[in-house]
Amino acid sequence: MIELSHIHRNFQVGDQTVHALDDVTLTISAGEYLSIMGPSGSGKSTLLNLIGLLDRPTSGIYRLNGQDVTSLNDSEQALVRNREIGFVFQMFHLVPRLTAAGNVELPLVLAGISPEERNQRVARVLDNLRLTDRSHHMPEQLSGGQRQRVAIARAIVTNPKVLLADEPTGNLDHKSGQDVLRILEELNARGITLIMVTHDPEMGQRARRQLHMMDGRMDSDQEAGQRGSA
Amino acid sequence: MALHSRDVARFAWDALRGYPTRTILMLTAMAIGVAAVVVLTSLGEGARRYVTSEFSSLGTNLIIVIPGRSETAGINPGTMMGETPRDLTLNDSLALTHNYSVRRISPLNIGSASVSRQNRSRDVVILGSSHDLLAIRHWELAQGQFLPQTDLERAAPVAVIGSKIRDELFGARRALGEWIRIGDRRFRVIGIMGSEGRSIGVDVQETIIIPVASAQQLFNTSSLFRILVEARSREAIEPVKQFIIDTLQQRHQGEMDVTVITQDAVLATFDRILSALTYAVGGIAAISLAVAGILIMNVMLVAVSQRTSEIGLLKALGASARQIVILILAEACLLSLLGAFAGLALGQLGSLIIRYAFPVLPAYAPVWAVVTALLVALVTGLLFSLMPARRAAGLDPVLALSKR
Repeated sequence: MIELSHIHRNFQVGDQTVHALDDVTLTISAGEYLSIMGPSGSGKSTLLNLIGLLDRPTSGIYRLNGQDVTSLNDSEQALVRNREIGFVFQMFHLVPRLTAAGNVELPLVLAGISPEERNQRVARVLDNLRLTDRSHHMPEQLSGGQRQRVAIARAIVTNPKVLLADEPTGNLDHKSGQDVLRILEELNARGITLIMVTHDPEMGQRARRQLHMMDGRMDSDQEAGQRGSA
Repeated sequence: MALHSRDVARFAWDALRGYPTRTILMLTAMAIGVAAVVVLTSLGEGARRYVTSEFSSLGTNLIIVIPGRSETAGINPGTMMGETPRDLTLNDSLALTHNYSVRRISPLNIGSASVSRQNRSRDVVILGSSHDLLAIRHWELAQGQFLPQTDLERAAPVAVIGSKIRDELFGARRALGEWIRIGDRRFRVIGIMGSEGRSIGVDVQETIIIPVASAQQLFNTSSLFRILVEARSREAIEPVKQFIIDTLQQRHQGEMDVTVITQDAVLATFDRILSALTYAVGGIAAISLAVAGILIMNVMLVAVSQRTSEIGLLKALGASARQIVILILAEACLLSLLGAFAGLALGQLGSLIIRYAFPVLPAYAPVWAVVTALLVALVTGLLFSLMPARRAAGLDPVLALSKR
């Protein structure tokens, strides 16, 4: 469902051109569980942002569900982000003045969905993530693990096909991190395509497919089964 | 994707509540701007109404004849020969009665004299006039009667005194029919003026009115201070004015040595001046509104950079650039509206206090000023937020989200 072909992404830093992504070609099928690993500056976050349509490639073609999304304009891309893609960030990025339910509701508000339907969907998602009793709490009243669960609820409330997680456990203690990871894997088991950026090998190795990046290039791309046998 | 307007309003409201200090500062700025417009224009409008009503109280369809030429007409034979302008006389006044369009006429003399009764005395403004003065100036008598309708040249020893003079000379005692001394003459009190008569500078309560011939004898003069003429209708004012000019010019050997003013003209002039003043003050106050607008721009810029990551998040969640602009503008719009209405309330309160402190001044803000102030507040608020909103919409979501 995700097809990247010959993607380049260059940044201009001073008078130097940095090749954050250098000729990346990658195909990801629906329902995959993929981790992207590599040292910082290797281009793994840039790749995730590109897949999430937060960034545009300098050259190359990106097809999502067979549609060339690189040529879409700003509001068309916004629509795709809203419907097809969910984001989970390391910093949670909850809006501090909105309650947990208010945060989860945001993507539905932006989609122009009626309040009655929104309430139902938000309640269902919060229930799934065992957050019902926290729905009227402000983010500052929640623990880190709870905040990330609210963020996950927000990411999946629109029923996206792809869930992009950028260091989702980076700001959490080990136990909450395991908790969050288990939730993400459960979602993957129910059919969502999960793409996770991490620099923690222990986390990354849990994915069925592991991608290693180095200097903007794909270093290796292996299925979990193969690694053990190699 | 279309945002529901109620969601936009709620989002803006939450954003305002999320940053109370910023919100209160901006509301205050906006409110002060609007309040300044409301208070200042209500002051200007109050002054205009005050002057207008004062002039109306002079009388209706009034024409005033003043001796001398108020305009400089260059050099005329009179100045060459060192002549002074001819005085207005009682005969001039009598001559003006011969016109159907003249309803009432009243010669006027004014002076100051010492008035005494027994051991009490004080200096009082003395008006010399005639029976018609009461009707021309719409004054009312409290007691007794006004000057009798007799021959203008008859110097009857009667006086109508103001209520304050009555209090000072007679205290609680009966004044009607008593004698008082004005200058070196004795007058009998035949009437007492009501309390409400008041017009430009002359407080009727503190004057004494005697027949014009008596005043001429008292002040030893044959000239008049004014002649007041009341036309039968508004339409008759101009013909009567022309009649007065023609008659007096004829009587004064062809020389135009009087000034004839109509109350309408004076009123219109004052009205124009004071309206211009109100506009000017309103304009000055509007500048403070514009300043408030610039403040809104600054604060919205700060708000955008404060909330960079939030805007990046909204983009990641699928907000288009247009939606971001709408959300930011809604916030500014709500802020301007709240500020404007707070300012309106504040301004009306200010006007109320002014009316309370100065009851003679009908300080009501004119509708145009209120409407303009609200519109200007809203428009500046929106206009000055366009730039911050566009900046927010143009934010790179990747950079915005990477910010802590």
